[in-house]
Amino acid sequence: MPKIAIVDYGLGNLRSIRKGLERAGAEAIVTNEVHRIAEVDAIVLPGVGAFEEALRNIKPLIPMIFQGIEGGKALLGICLGMQLLFTESTEGGLHRGLNIFKGRILPLPEGRKVPQIGWNTLKILKPKNPLVKGIENGSYVYFAHSYFAKNEVEEDLVATVNYGFDFPAIVSRNRIFATQFHPEKSGNIGLRILKNFVEIMVT
Amino acid sequence: MLAKRIIPCLDMVAGRVVKGVRFRNLKDAGDPVELAMAYDSQGADELVLLDITASNEGRETLIDVVERTADAIMIPLTVGGGIRSSADVRRILNAGADKVSINTAAVRNPSLIGECSRIFGSQCIVLAVDVRRIYVRRASEASGKTLIETPEGLCWWDVYIYGGRQAVGMDAFKWVEEAVSLGAGEIMPSSLDFDGTGRGYDLPFLAELADRVSVPIIASSGAGTPKHILEALTIGKADAALAAGIFHRGEYTVRDVKKFLASKGIPVRL
Repeated sequence: MPKIAIVDYGLGNLRSIRKGLERAGAEAIVTNEVHRIAEVDAIVLPGVGAFEEALRNIKPLIPMIFQGIEGGKALLGICLGMQLLFTESTEGGLHRGLNIFKGRILPLPEGRKVPQIGWNTLKILKPKNPLVKGIENGSYVYFAHSYFAKNEVEEDLVATVNYGFDFPAIVSRNRIFATQFHPEKSGNIGLRILKNFVEIMVT
Repeated sequence: MLAKRIIPCLDMVAGRVVKGVRFRNLKDAGDPVELAMAYDSQGADELVLLDITASNEGRETLIDVVERTADAIMIPLTVGGGIRSSADVRRILNAGADKVSINTAAVRNPSLIGECSRIFGSQCIVLAVDVRRIYVRRASEASGKTLIETPEGLCWWDVYIYGGRQAVGMDAFKWVEEAVSLGAGEIMPSSLDFDGTGRGYDLPFLAELADRVSVPIIASSGAGTPKHILEALTIGKADAALAAGIFHRGEYTVRDVKKFLASKGIPVRL
């Protein structure tokens, strides 16, 4: 069975993403130990907590994450886990992210309810991307966030969401994928996305 | 476009779901995990699980129910009842809840909201607030309170704690505004006047609240028909509607309500 490490920042609900990945056909472990991450096929950066705190918690694991990616491991960032992959974030001061995706994490502007909480529709720009295989344009997925990614590289953009303006819902490059929404909370659509990820990691 | 959410609420005592009128006369309404799965398959957008006894002895039961419920569904789960500390929040989130709702403990110690939102993020801290209308004959009887002329008369809204048993004597709007400034990410107001009556939500209260805060509002208490839910989302300007009895009694499924809302032009996830 394909094995996934869910990186543990010590904050919030990691049980649901573990359960979701298990339903998708993978074995999932929740860990912050370098040697356990070394032995898996894919890494998930989950979506809970605040940027600075999460970054501090994963700092010792960053070399391992980069080594894993270079060695061909698939990576999925979810919500905050997606935001950590960008160049920098303005959440709680300016902080450097992993800079895998170029761009900045900014607060959702005034003029709407913040946080955005609830089900919003995907506008799929790259229907051939393997993460959205079988997902129809306009499918509802679950968001819960106060910050969004201002993406600089057009080719990385797989899908957008509209909350008064368009911003990235899914970005991807090579075997690295990230979603602003929570697939583990997005019903059957979310389960399909997790299954797609499990399929990607074994191919 | 962001959809309006329909959220069935499971009020729990000793591991069973119950239903009462105005927070009293509780009757058994079923097994929480079975109900959660049924509502998920009907298209519920989220679930709320409230431990209404909130006793220390009930904690282990609650954690067990949260784990089993969270494992059985793939939609967000909010859990409330008797949460007193950030350690309580951590335990409930670790058990599989996505959000916690805090009520009495937030009134007694407002800094708890700030502490929890800093640690876990404001998107997982829901302020639950129980309100009751206090009717007055003239404005001078309630100086400093937010007075609104409702169809039933001039009133302000007091905050109640301990499951509706104790009045605080605090203007509900001012309390919610304070809680939002401290970091509450969503507001879930319940009405002691309307809860369990099936005669509709407290619309003047909801509409005023929506004008005052910039976080999402989950309307609660009073749904008897799909039209009441429509009114909460339109006249009441709420982002989500919570209901219990209307679903537990099997009068309407979640899908029935959403189809009705869609027919009225409300964006819903069908």
